[in-house]
Amino acid sequence: MGRPHPAWVLPGVLFFAAFALAPMVLAVYLSFCDWDGLSAPRFTGLDNWTTLLGDPQMHRAAGLTALLVLASWAFQTPAALLLGVWAAGRQRNRAVLSAVFFIPLLLSSTAIALLFHSVLDPNFGAVKQFGEWFGLGDQNVLGNSTSAFLAVVFVGGWQFIPFHTLIYQGGARQIPEVLYQAAEVDGAGRVRQFFSITLPQLRDTVTTSTVLMVVGTLTYFETVLILTKGGPGTDTTILPYLMYHTGFQKFDLGYASAIATFLVLTATGLALLLVRFTGFGAMRSTREGM
Amino acid sequence: MKPGVTHRTYSRRWILGAGAAALTAPGLTACGGGGAGGSDGGELTTYVYGDDAVKVQRSAVKRFNKSADAKVKLEEVPGSDYVAKLRTAMGSPSGPDIFFNWGGGSIRPFQEAGRLTDLTDAVRADPKLKNGFLPSVMKAGELEGRNYGIPMRGMQPVILFYNKSVFDKHSLTPPETWDDLQQIIDTVRGKGITPFALGGVDVWTELMWLEYLVDRIGGEKVFARIQNDEGARWEDPAVLKAAEQVKDLIDGGAFGKNFSSVGYDSGGAPALFAQGKAAMHLMGSWEYPTQLGKHPEFAEKDLGWAVFPTVTGGTGDPRNVVGNPTNYWSVHANVGNKDAAIAFLTEMASDRYAKALIANGDVPATAGAEKLLDSSPSPEFSKFQYKLVQDAPSFTLSWDQALPSDLSAPMLTEINKLFVGQSSPRQFVSAMQGLK
Repeated sequence: MGRPHPAWVLPGVLFFAAFALAPMVLAVYLSFCDWDGLSAPRFTGLDNWTTLLGDPQMHRAAGLTALLVLASWAFQTPAALLLGVWAAGRQRNRAVLSAVFFIPLLLSSTAIALLFHSVLDPNFGAVKQFGEWFGLGDQNVLGNSTSAFLAVVFVGGWQFIPFHTLIYQGGARQIPEVLYQAAEVDGAGRVRQFFSITLPQLRDTVTTSTVLMVVGTLTYFETVLILTKGGPGTDTTILPYLMYHTGFQKFDLGYASAIATFLVLTATGLALLLVRFTGFGAMRSTREGM
Repeated sequence: MKPGVTHRTYSRRWILGAGAAALTAPGLTACGGGGAGGSDGGELTTYVYGDDAVKVQRSAVKRFNKSADAKVKLEEVPGSDYVAKLRTAMGSPSGPDIFFNWGGGSIRPFQEAGRLTDLTDAVRADPKLKNGFLPSVMKAGELEGRNYGIPMRGMQPVILFYNKSVFDKHSLTPPETWDDLQQIIDTVRGKGITPFALGGVDVWTELMWLEYLVDRIGGEKVFARIQNDEGARWEDPAVLKAAEQVKDLIDGGAFGKNFSSVGYDSGGAPALFAQGKAAMHLMGSWEYPTQLGKHPEFAEKDLGWAVFPTVTGGTGDPRNVVGNPTNYWSVHANVGNKDAAIAFLTEMASDRYAKALIANGDVPATAGAEKLLDSSPSPEFSKFQYKLVQDAPSFTLSWDQALPSDLSAPMLTEINKLFVGQSSPRQFVSAMQGLK
């Protein structure tokens, strides 16, 4: 039994080339064209790219996207980390509760966005009741710039925290029990154990989760489309939504391709930076010194 | 506004649709095989917006195929994917021979790309096509005075709906002038009722206000000039006045405080209106079937309708109407069998076809439809609607359909900014003027 013949790789490579590489190359090419989807694309060189750099709408969308990535990370990471570590315990009630936590993972983004759209209806949604209980004003959540943005962050978190919890749960279960036993002998409490053992041991898990989170948030789309449609005004028009708006509402497909290419470059660049910066790529063991 | 006939299909298109379309679009061209690209004269591929009303077209195709040599093949495209799919198919070598559209700007790119058959000669040659439809509706399917569309569905004018029980309770009558309207607003607001339901999450509901106000203040020429890119365009004083009037309405609480979180598609605005929490609703004629479906008791007993009021100092004809005149069939330039296509389109002018539309709750745009309306589910509403359009000197197509998409998409964003208070009427005008 040697290695499988190299030809086995062919179907996978062909599939990847046809459905991932080719469209990507095409998008990069289209980003140098003017194309309305009807006539043949007209090569315009760097026109779209110079427009992109000077386009205030683009700047705003890029800023909002960066803000969304930061806010989502800050919201999802602590929550997922704590939940994951908690769920890594082997008690029976935790297993049951963990299963409940993971329900949002099973729903599609579209269903989740529609669900929250109804919850946030100011006259008939749950937000009306909650608003009245807490004495909040007019329940204008989706019509107010700040709260619409926070709603997007929250709904995204609600959807993805379970996934990252799962990653952290797996990571936390890999931590050797002896470390905790030794710490207990040394008289460390639970908080001390968390900061001195759990967190350092989860270093690479944090990197993995963060990379997934950043790339995922950069391509965040359905929630915005359904929940806010980029509004009020353009206050939740993040880059993927701007791309959709430009490509499939304005039918300016060349410029939309430029935005798409820009997104791919940014996401790849950020992911590489994160991996490099955290030393994840060096494959150092987290069990050094053991 | 791009509705088919009922708002439900419309909403699906807007909310889910276009998004899914974005993802599936690259693969769509494959579905249009056997269309205009292939010169197969025996079969005509037809794209239609696939909603509840499609059964009328389905039976028309069946009838046609029985007697004609050429066969029409109806492809029902889910409403949510329609615009993106049509656009992609028309950009490929295998576009449909005949396709459903909204006239105006929705077909202009196809005409400019040389993909449309000019139907003017066919219309002139056949009295059934020439005189078979209401002139204002026929006109909205034209580009530069040439016919590119044959009406094929019901009319969809925007109407001022009101809640009769709210009006009765506070001894109000439907407004005829802007001052009447102000008085109604003040009265009902004093009773804690929102004067107008407005589903501001969906910007096209806000667009309707500007369409009517600009028409009443400056007449239909103002938008016609915008559309033809001549004169002062958006800097016409009527546009600024209309925007200011919108701002006054918002500041005066005419739409309540949280209208920008209320959806039309999700049923929020229709429910507010049906429950008497809002007194009036400016909406396309599909509000009637919508309410009939969702709040039947309200629709049958308390739903009232009126013409949009005149505006003090306005020069527009108060009989003018805005909305979607109807939907149209257009023919691809590379149609395999043009004669058969035109024979099929002539079906749309027949009484038989009009009757099928009426039975579906629609009001056809055919010239002789009035005498058939007694068989409608609500003859009173159908007759009001028919007369409204018949008497209208002008029927302005919804701006987002009349303008090309590179203008209409940012226009909707600017309108939303005006409504949520992110830009002033003046900023709105200059942003619109700057769009081109």
